[in-house]
Formats: sequence, C-alpha cells, structure tokens
Amino acid sequence: MTALVGPNGAGKSTLLTMVGRLLGLDAGTIEVAGYDVTRTPSKDLAKIVSVLRQENHFITRLTVRQLVAFGRFPHSKGRLTVADEEVISRAIDFLDLTELEDRYLDQLSGGQRQRAYVAMVLCQETEYVLLDEPLNNLDMRHSVQMMKHLRRAAAELDRTIVIVLHDINFAGHYADHICAVKDGAVVEFGTPAEIMTDDVLTRVFDTPVTVVDGPNGPLAVYY
Amino acid sequence: MAESTVPRIRTSRTLPTPRARLRYRIVVSTLVVLAVGFTFGLLAWDNPMPVGSDGFWRIAELRATNVVVMAVVAICQAIATVSFQTVTNNRIITPSIMGFEALYVAVQTSAVYFLGVAGVLAVKGLPQFVLQIALMVGFAMLLYGWLLSGRYGNLQVMLLIGIVVGGGLASVSTFMQRLLTPSEFDVLAARLFGNVSNADAAYLPVAIPLCLVAATLLVLGSRRLNIVALGRDACTGLGLNHRRETMRVLFLVSVLMAVSTALVGPMTFLGFLVATLAYQFADTYDHRYVFPVAALTCFVVLSGAYFVMRNVFYANGVVSIIIEFVGGLVFLFVILRKGRL
Ligand SMILES: Nc1ncnc2c1ncn2[C@@H]1O[C@H](COP(=O)(O)OP(=O)(O)O)[C@@H](O)[C@H]1O
Ligand SMILES: [Mg+2]
Repeated sequence: MTALVGPNGAGKSTLLTMVGRLLGLDAGTIEVAGYDVTRTPSKDLAKIVSVLRQENHFITRLTVRQLVAFGRFPHSKGRLTVADEEVISRAIDFLDLTELEDRYLDQLSGGQRQRAYVAMVLCQETEYVLLDEPLNNLDMRHSVQMMKHLRRAAAELDRTIVIVLHDINFAGHYADHICAVKDGAVVEFGTPAEIMTDDVLTRVFDTPVTVVDGPNGPLAVYY
Repeated sequence: MAESTVPRIRTSRTLPTPRARLRYRIVVSTLVVLAVGFTFGLLAWDNPMPVGSDGFWRIAELRATNVVVMAVVAICQAIATVSFQTVTNNRIITPSIMGFEALYVAVQTSAVYFLGVAGVLAVKGLPQFVLQIALMVGFAMLLYGWLLSGRYGNLQVMLLIGIVVGGGLASVSTFMQRLLTPSEFDVLAARLFGNVSNADAAYLPVAIPLCLVAATLLVLGSRRLNIVALGRDACTGLGLNHRRETMRVLFLVSVLMAVSTALVGPMTFLGFLVATLAYQFADTYDHRYVFPVAALTCFVVLSGAYFVMRNVFYANGVVSIIIEFVGGLVFLFVILRKGRL
C-alpha cells in the first residue's frame, strides 16, 4: 500500500487519475503492471487497475448492492453469474455494508456512500486499486475501519493499493510506502520511517511539523 | 415472525424484491391494457359497420395508418429521450434542443416562402421525406463532429451550439413567415404543429425500419447505458469507452428524432413528459426496464390524447398542443421542485 500525500493542489488527484487513464497525458508514458495505460484497450485495463475519484456523482433509484454490482462489469458485461454475486456479497460484507445493501444511495450518509463506492472498486477485483481520498466524509471509526479493510485487502487479496490521504498520520501508520507530491512533482518517496521526520514533512507541507513518538508509532503534530 | 426466519436471498438483480417485481408487472400490464384499449377505440369507435364485418375492417384499415404512425412516434420519442438524458447526464433535457425541430420548421417555411402554397406539396413525398431525415441527421452529425474533433469540445459546448444554431434557424424562419401572405401562412401553420395526420402512409416503409433498427440497437445496449449513466470517469474506469458510447447513442438518437420530426412535426415536450413519467412508473435505474415502460407510456399518452380529443371534444388538430401544454407544465413542475436545472 502506497500513500500519496501533499498539500492541496499539489497534483495528487491529477497523478492518480492519469495512472487510472481517466485523464490524458501531455507527455511521457505511464505503465501499470507493464501495460502502457494509453495504448492498452480500456476494457483490458479495467481488469488490471480500478480507480475511484474524489467526487462521484450518483444516480437515483440505485441500491448499494446494485452500485457495487457495477464493479463486475469488466468481467461479466452486465450479465451477473452466481460467482459474480458471491464476489459482490464479499465486497459488501468487507466494507460493513451488509445491513445497508438494499438501501438506495440517496438514503445514505456521505460516509456510507463513500464506502459503497470503495466496495464497487474492490468488487472489480483488480490487482491495482487507486483511491482518491476515500476517507473523505468518514468518521473516526469508519476511517480506521476503512484503512484496516484496505490493509487486509492488500495483504489477503494481494492487491496493490495506491491511496491519496489527507491525514499524514494515517499514511504514516497504515501505508508501506509514502509518496510526497508537491507543485506537480514527486518530491519524496520512502518508507513511513523515512518520511515521518520533522525535516521532510516541514518541507513538503510548507508548515512547521514536529514528529513525536506516539503509542503506536510516530505522530506528526502540526497545530 | 415467520418472515424473518426465511433467509434473505442476496441478489443484485434490478427488481430485487417480489414486491418490486409485482409492481413492475402491474405497471406494464396496465400500460398494455390501456394501449390496446385506445388502439381498439381509435380503430373501432364511431365505426358505422358492426365489429368484425368486412366493412368494419376496411374502415379500421384506413384509420390504422394513424395508429401505426403513433406507434412509430412513440418508440422514437421515448427511446431517444431516455437515451439522450442518460448520455447527457441530465433528466430534464430533451433531444429536440439539438435543433431538429428548428431545422424542420426552417425547411417547411422556406418551401412555402420560395414556392408559395405549392411549397407544402413540394416537401411532401417519399424522396423529400428521406431528404429531410438525411438533412437532420447530417446536421446533428456536424455538431457531434465538433464534439469529436475539438480537444476542448465537450457535451455542454455541443448542446449550447445546438441551441444557438436552432435559435438562429428559428429566427430566420420567423422572419420568412412574416413575409408570407395570410393564406400561405395558414397552410404552413398547419404543418408546424406536430400532428399525426401530417404523416403520409407512403413514409412508413422508410420510417418503420429506421425507427425499429435504431431503437433496437439502443435497447440492446441497455447494459452499457446503465454504465454510461454513472458518469464519464466511472464508465472509463469500468473499461467502457465513454466517448465512443456517447457518439453511438447520439447518432441513433438523431436518427430517431429525425424520423419522428420529419414524420409528424415538432413534439418538443412529449419526450420529456414521457421519460419523466417512465422513470416514475418503472422506479429503477435499469434501461432494460425503463425503455419498454417509456415506449408504452408514450404510445398511451399519444393514442389516449387522440382518442379523447377526437371522440369527446371533436378537436383533432389540438392534440399536440394539449400534449405540449401538459408536458410544459410537468417540465416547469420538475424544475421548480428540484430547484435547479
Ligand atoms: N505536473 C503538473 N504540472 C502542472 N500542473 C499540474 C500538475 N499536476 C497537477 N497540476 C494542476 O494542479 C491543479 C490541482 O491538482 P490536483 O491534482 O487536483 O491537486 P490535489 O493534490 O489537491 O489533488 C490542477 O488544476 C492540475 O491541472
Ligand atoms: Mg485531490
């Protein structure tokens, strides 16, 4: 699991959407699992990499389960099999949405909807998963749960997850690697231990940061 | 509770509960009954011959053209509007804003302007009908070309250009109409309100196949339309080429709209009215279920309006005006209720 961090407007979302081929490139090439994202057919890439954007517009009269089921489209083209239904159920349970699966999206809170979108992306069963600020709108409990779920997905399901995080402490605790972006360029890349220092964080975020030893590892204090 | 001991079946199908399935079945059956009823009414009501006799069928046959035209218009308007709303991601839009109707009005007006009363006859006939369809589809494809070519051309820009060009055409038409003699204008005006009796049975051999092919292609693509409805990014992420899908749908929509407009004239709010009702009736996001309900609703609205107008108020010509009036009211109501466009 790699966390993308950096100040607002640094280009994290831009980078992520380009890797997920939602945005064209001006120059250079991007490869995911050895496939050039601009050359490989989109329907093949959909089985290799899945991507969730920061904002999602939702359609009405769609239940959580029906939304999650869309994640199977690259595999089933909309004709769901019994196996597909099992994958859908697993993704829903994984994100603690079992009770809510028959609710319509417009009856959910922002955080619940956010989890439904993440479930849809996991349901796509791709090796690479790109998530743009999935902790948006989530309360403390669900933020922690989401990060635990994603770690489990990375470990148990062998997924590679790239996640944009707003809170550097979440990145420091849960990610294996941290990639710091600033002014449209990658400025730092390393393990949490390497990045979670006063010096690096102050430079990346342009604000004084002190890293202290917390009960569960280093904590960045910036207020 | 006996119910809670039954394990819930977890399924992602469109109508997950027996209740939803029953509701959908009732909706479709009701619409089918109404459609059959109005069809029979239009064919048989006031038919001087006893039902089933030779004479009865001969008279019914004469009226059947109108019913077939209604069915074609219903399929065209319903399928086109629902698809158009999906690719534009907008539930209060109607494909007529793409300038089809302005083009139709411009063609009819210039015919009368340049050729006088005879002009109305000059634009009647199968070749002219085909030419009008070709003109409208060509015009739409020019707009879509803009969408395809320009790097900054997007759907919103395209719609805007469609509206502006349509507005321009409408102004030119209005100007020409001012210069007509009253009798010429009278002849023209009858053509400018959508009316099923504008259609000529001779058009049907072209209109029916075009309508059926385009509608079938759209209905067969329902599963992909469901994905397109998620928006460009989610659609791309799921491996569907959003731009190609949009182009395909817009092309088919333009064929349907062109057929409908060239056949009976402008029907601005009919599609909108019907699509709004269809989403209420079908109560689902899934196009496979919305399309049939929309087409049936459209046919019921059209045939019902004609039946009531013809047999209760004896006012055949005002049907489209009534439909447009009701459609316009629903349009305003939806906008006011949503509070935004
Ligand atoms: N490498 C880059 N060079 C120039 N501009 C960039 C670059 N990356 C991003 N931008 C611009 O920066 C703005 C903010 O980017 P965004 O990715 O939304 O930031 P955030 O890190 O907050 O997600 C965008 O308008 C984008 O066009
Ligand atoms: Mg961002």
